[in-house]
Amino acid sequence: MPPGERKAMVRMTYREAVRAAVREALHRDPRVFLMGEDVGAYGGCYAVSKGCLAEFGAERVRDTPLCESAFVGAGIGAAMGGMRPIVEIMTVNFGLLALDQIVNNAATLRHMSGGQLSVPVVIRLATGAGRQVAAQHSHSFEGWFAHIPGIKILAPATVEDARGMLWSALQEPDPVLIFEHAMLYAMEGELPEDAGAVEISHAAIRRPGRDVSLITYGGSLHKTLAAAELLAREGIEAEVVDLRTLRPLDDETILGSVTRTRRAVLVDEGWRSGSLSAELSARIMESAFYELDAPVQRVCTAEVPIPYPKHLEDAALPQPESIAAAARRTLGERHG
Amino acid sequence: MSEAQAPGLPLNRDEALAWLRQMQLIRRFEEASAQAYSAGKIRGFLHLYIGEEACAVGTLRALQPDDAIVSHYREHGHALARGVPARAIMAEMFAKAEGCSRGRGGSMHLFDASRRFYGGNAIVAGGLPLALGLALADQMMRRPRVTTAIFGDGAVAEGEFHESLNLATLWKLPVLFVCENNLYAMGTALQRHEAQVNLAARASSYGLPAESVDGMDVLAVAGAVRRAAAAIRSGGGPAFLELRTYRFRAHSMYDPELYRDKREVEQWKLRDPIILFIQWMREAGLLSTGDLERLEREVEAEVSDALDFAEAGTLEPVEDLTRDVYTPREARDAPR
Ligand SMILES: Cc1ncc(C[n+]2csc(CCOP(=O)(O)OP(=O)(O)O)c2C)c(N)n1
Ligand SMILES: [Mg+2]
Repeated sequence: MPPGERKAMVRMTYREAVRAAVREALHRDPRVFLMGEDVGAYGGCYAVSKGCLAEFGAERVRDTPLCESAFVGAGIGAAMGGMRPIVEIMTVNFGLLALDQIVNNAATLRHMSGGQLSVPVVIRLATGAGRQVAAQHSHSFEGWFAHIPGIKILAPATVEDARGMLWSALQEPDPVLIFEHAMLYAMEGELPEDAGAVEISHAAIRRPGRDVSLITYGGSLHKTLAAAELLAREGIEAEVVDLRTLRPLDDETILGSVTRTRRAVLVDEGWRSGSLSAELSARIMESAFYELDAPVQRVCTAEVPIPYPKHLEDAALPQPESIAAAARRTLGERHG
Repeated sequence: MSEAQAPGLPLNRDEALAWLRQMQLIRRFEEASAQAYSAGKIRGFLHLYIGEEACAVGTLRALQPDDAIVSHYREHGHALARGVPARAIMAEMFAKAEGCSRGRGGSMHLFDASRRFYGGNAIVAGGLPLALGLALADQMMRRPRVTTAIFGDGAVAEGEFHESLNLATLWKLPVLFVCENNLYAMGTALQRHEAQVNLAARASSYGLPAESVDGMDVLAVAGAVRRAAAAIRSGGGPAFLELRTYRFRAHSMYDPELYRDKREVEQWKLRDPIILFIQWMREAGLLSTGDLERLEREVEAEVSDALDFAEAGTLEPVEDLTRDVYTPREARDAPR
């Protein structure tokens, strides 16, 4: 494209971006198939795979019975058998029924076999709160999964990543879990018409700033960007880091940002105790302690199963105001 | 060359001798393993297969070399009957880098990808979903192969068993479920862990052919597996076989066997599968003078070679501790 010429842009939702990625994968690679509960006739519980059954047929868009362990395990087995399965789990809460297969098989088979086996499976799970669907449909367990060596964890927070991470995940020889925040499916964004795969090993700086690093991922990215806006009005320039990949973590980008701003706020929709934010905090202490001008702050979900009432759900979750308040705390009296 | 007629199984002298040799190899290998365990050469959990040899040899001999096997943690016999060298298995148990899983798995995690032997799974019933996936890959790729999942009676109480039988039958997957019912799950007798002790009846409720077979009779096992595998291979969908057997030794090396009567064990030893097969060979005129002694010598030599090989093996350098968790960059496919 000659310099200066604008690429044609298209608007689409996060949901449509994931769908475009699924369709692209099914078109490009005959080894790819999609399976999960209600991915076919129903069109996906978040309508991600709407139309895919008609387009690709029941062999490649497979409705499964309600048996998370069996169909996730079957995805792992099919990956060992030469396929490139995309397994959809309705929400991460149901994914707990497949923990055995993910943790005991997908994550260990390469190692236990002394490197003989590869498990190139991609598992997509919806995660996160915000829809008043209460405690058994709203939790954020990606931090738990990020604890486990042998798997990779992605958290697309933008339409571009929703479009581009899946193909890259399918090129990985090892198991990849993609956590799609349920509140993002309806979010719109602009993409170049020919948008495709994105790299999946780096965090991204979504907003540069010099005063404080706000480090987050997934559904919390947009609340964090909103917090940065609030702070900007007060003259605080916050840098927003989107982790994108939760395992392995991109230490270089995280520590680089903290080293520049000398202050860090970690925003994580998981609970605070034993969370991904705890891991990030520890890494910052271990490697950038002497760069810090203030204690690391965390904004996490309150230690409660996600409640049903809207006002309580809102109160439980990180929000722009609580994120901005944490940022102000790192800046001390000046803004306190 | 004489040929004897076993049910559905013409078996000539050479084949019969090879089967007998394999059963004896398993027996001697297990005895040697127990000794090596007492000597501290093998550590961790060790589950011996003595008494159940007819199940492994009958099953594996009736399958094709490119059929996949997914086994459980009492799998030395399955690995040997599959042709995994005794050396590689013993070295694995000695935790040596020359082991069939490079020493990373030990007794419960024997792997040999070249022989399509997919472990060695220590989660009761955890391998069944993997077998579904391997079979699904074959089905989708139109490869006429059968995947056999081998597990114990204890697995029948697990959810993964039921999920797997349902899904396999629903999707007509080419899976053979082989349940080695040795009447105990650790110290819990069958009637104390199953509401329905007729396991074939239980399995048949999923709508797949299910049969009970005398697991002490290698010919009966091989005949049943051959028939079932042929039906599966020709597109008939999965099948279930219960092999009625008994373990002559303790559950593992830690087990003081408080839960069963010595007389019960002695009763079952009267149906020792090796002795039964020798009797049959004799009656069928397939055994010549000197055969048994010759086999015994060969098997002894093979086991002692395996012990020497394992002893001489090397320990992996500690610097390699974290290898084979993820696929190394240089071993990846070129990007597509
Ligand atoms: C999911 C799970 N629960 C418990 C155990 C502990 N355990 C190991 S072997 C065993 C008994 C299994 O019996 P069975 O399936 O009949 O096999 P067998 O040992 O008789 O060959 C138990 C309870 C386990 N390994 N996995
Ligand atoms: Mg048992």
